[in-house]
Amino acid sequence: MLFAKDTPVENIVVRGARVVDPVEGVDAVLDLRVDQGVIAALGQDLDTNSHRVIDAEGLVLAPAFVDPHVHLRTPGREDEETIVSGTAAAAAGGYCAILAMPNTDPVVDSAATLGSLIEAARTEAEIPVGFLAAITKGQSGAELTEMGELAAAGAVGFSDDGVPVAAPGLMRRALQYGAVTGKRIALHCEERTLSRDGQMHEGEVSAELGFTGYPSVAESLMVERDLALAAYERQPLHLLHLSAWESVQALRRARGDGVQATAEVTPHHLCLTDEAIRSLDPNLKMNPPLRSASDRTALIEGLKDGTIVAIATDHAPHARHEKDVPFEAAPFGVTGLETAFAALYTQLVEPGLVPLEVVLERMSAGPARAYGLDEPRIAVGSTANLVLLDLNASYRVTEEMFRSRSVNSWLLGETVKGKVRATIAAGRLAFAS
Amino acid sequence: MAEIRVMREDLRPPTSPPRRHFISIKDVSRDDIDRLLATARTLERSMDREVKKLPTLKGRLVINVFYESSTRTSSSFELAAKRLSADTMSIKSSGSSVDKGESLKDTAITLGAYDPDVIVIRHPQIGAPNLVARVTDAHVVNAGDGKHQHPTQALLDLYTMREELGRLEGLHVAIVGDVLHSRVARSLIQALSLMGAHVTLVGPPALLPRGVEAMGCEATTDISVIAGADVVYVLRMQRERMQEGANYVPSLREYAARWGVTPERLRPGQKVMHPGPMNRGVEIDPRVADHADALIETQVRAGLVTRMAVLYDLLTNGPIEVKTESVLEVA
Repeated sequence: MLFAKDTPVENIVVRGARVVDPVEGVDAVLDLRVDQGVIAALGQDLDTNSHRVIDAEGLVLAPAFVDPHVHLRTPGREDEETIVSGTAAAAAGGYCAILAMPNTDPVVDSAATLGSLIEAARTEAEIPVGFLAAITKGQSGAELTEMGELAAAGAVGFSDDGVPVAAPGLMRRALQYGAVTGKRIALHCEERTLSRDGQMHEGEVSAELGFTGYPSVAESLMVERDLALAAYERQPLHLLHLSAWESVQALRRARGDGVQATAEVTPHHLCLTDEAIRSLDPNLKMNPPLRSASDRTALIEGLKDGTIVAIATDHAPHARHEKDVPFEAAPFGVTGLETAFAALYTQLVEPGLVPLEVVLERMSAGPARAYGLDEPRIAVGSTANLVLLDLNASYRVTEEMFRSRSVNSWLLGETVKGKVRATIAAGRLAFAS
Repeated sequence: MAEIRVMREDLRPPTSPPRRHFISIKDVSRDDIDRLLATARTLERSMDREVKKLPTLKGRLVINVFYESSTRTSSSFELAAKRLSADTMSIKSSGSSVDKGESLKDTAITLGAYDPDVIVIRHPQIGAPNLVARVTDAHVVNAGDGKHQHPTQALLDLYTMREELGRLEGLHVAIVGDVLHSRVARSLIQALSLMGAHVTLVGPPALLPRGVEAMGCEATTDISVIAGADVVYVLRMQRERMQEGANYVPSLREYAARWGVTPERLRPGQKVMHPGPMNRGVEIDPRVADHADALIETQVRAGLVTRMAVLYDLLTNGPIEVKTESVLEVA
């Protein structure tokens, strides 16, 4: 289900890090030894053998991150991102696995297109990458893709991300048939007759700036519909990039009623509100849009109480000249792979809004579980999927630091805290700084 | 050659002394408006002379760039610059490189290469003047950006109200019609509340933006409240901005019947204003438009002197600057 280029596994000793694994219940200063890509020992004063040694005193060693929502723009817009650049960016962001969305050109809706991506990933991907396939052919919302064949060919899940499955009848069929494949269906919830040409959250800021509003109810109405269908069909689903208070409420209620629904939220929705749009910076334009302070609070609460199980970057690279235009003319989407942890640490952990353990779990085990992937664990016998974090490093985000081919980051020019020092993905050292 | 600024610098306070722009009413203070109105009044007196041209901006270059059609705004800016002896150039999107697909950024850089002192820009997209300000060294005047702002219109409206009614503080202004699509309304609400006037918005529910009360005004669908206002400001029904099938109102006929400004809905002596161009018989009854209490022509005359005042102020002693904020600080 996940594919990467075949490079030698590592023998490494990480010495003196504060090892934090919220799932294993570990939080202690320990040495960790990786033999042949597998965690072999965890303890005090471990023998280094002839292993490469990383002195990690003062750093945090955690399970590496899993990003369930990335746009690699391949095929079609390789000028914006490629498998090479996107997975290199992910490695620099502390990720050991990412899932790529199928809204490419052409759309990943056939085994042939999926197969070519998997082949490319086997020779190019710096870290393991999985590919979602489309729910409907051409993401046009009319006809189901051949989900069985796509699953057999290696699809990690199904999504029409970027567009909703507008017709309820077709959505029902997708849930029914998706169950046969055993893969997760992931939904972009947007009622387009309500969002129309909305540029930003509908509220006081849009009223003042004059932007066409994209109301919260355009999302939550679709969330309610999809949860109702999932309840009726007794099938699981995954909700992409939630942004609204009402959506979190609906999800909490449905989960309480036993619906197998998981959901993700992005760093930008957790860190920012629509007030930021006053700068008119096109790097703050995304779908769903930044919402009000009460929406942000609800997302943070949902993240903490486990209603929202995953943090996803929705890394959406765009060409510089396409973003260097007035806000209204700019495409939706911002990058996030390389800044996710720093953004969350700076804006949520340091101010005391969310404990570090919650951020680490929702960036790693949470998303892995939502898609049925192996959870990165710090335990003897587990494959080494590790991230080494410097919580004290403070630095300014600049264009030069990005490995992504695109630089449409909302954090450009901002000073953040929390830096990824090394990433070990599937037993291989994927990034070190 | 102008220094080309990249977008991200927008997020940080400028290191060089800020160039002054007039992009939004948010850029100016009450004192700024008082000074601009006083300058306009002085300039209006000079218009009584036989020779109307002043030498003040001799040798300065003002470029007008209009990406949307306009009669009064473009003509008054051009005449304002000429009356102050500045050199002027007018670029329209049709017939220029815009037709060939040139981006706004590249057009702005091209015009910036002539070292203009002022670029006046009208554009259908919000934030276009900010982009021009980023990539050129000119002072930028917003002549209307999408549904966002039209600050010189607000200024000329304030000028008209102050000249006609003698004050702005405590004045009650009813703004009637399509507020949702109106940059004129947004600038005017901010300008009037800055000057201590009281604003009531009146219109169909879908054309009153959700959350607009936070701008410091009231909003109602009840047209009868306009009788209590000192000034009734009628907005144009922006048919060209109405997306097909949006159903903001069932029909213009129904709009005219429920929200049209008619003599029956007004008190005698109430002043009526309209930014133009008017849809007679839709938002405004022709009897109202042609009545002596309508200040529509006065507004056009005020447009010339207030735009002269803006150009004069920017190039001499203005205080206007674009605020820069960190996205993290406003989160």
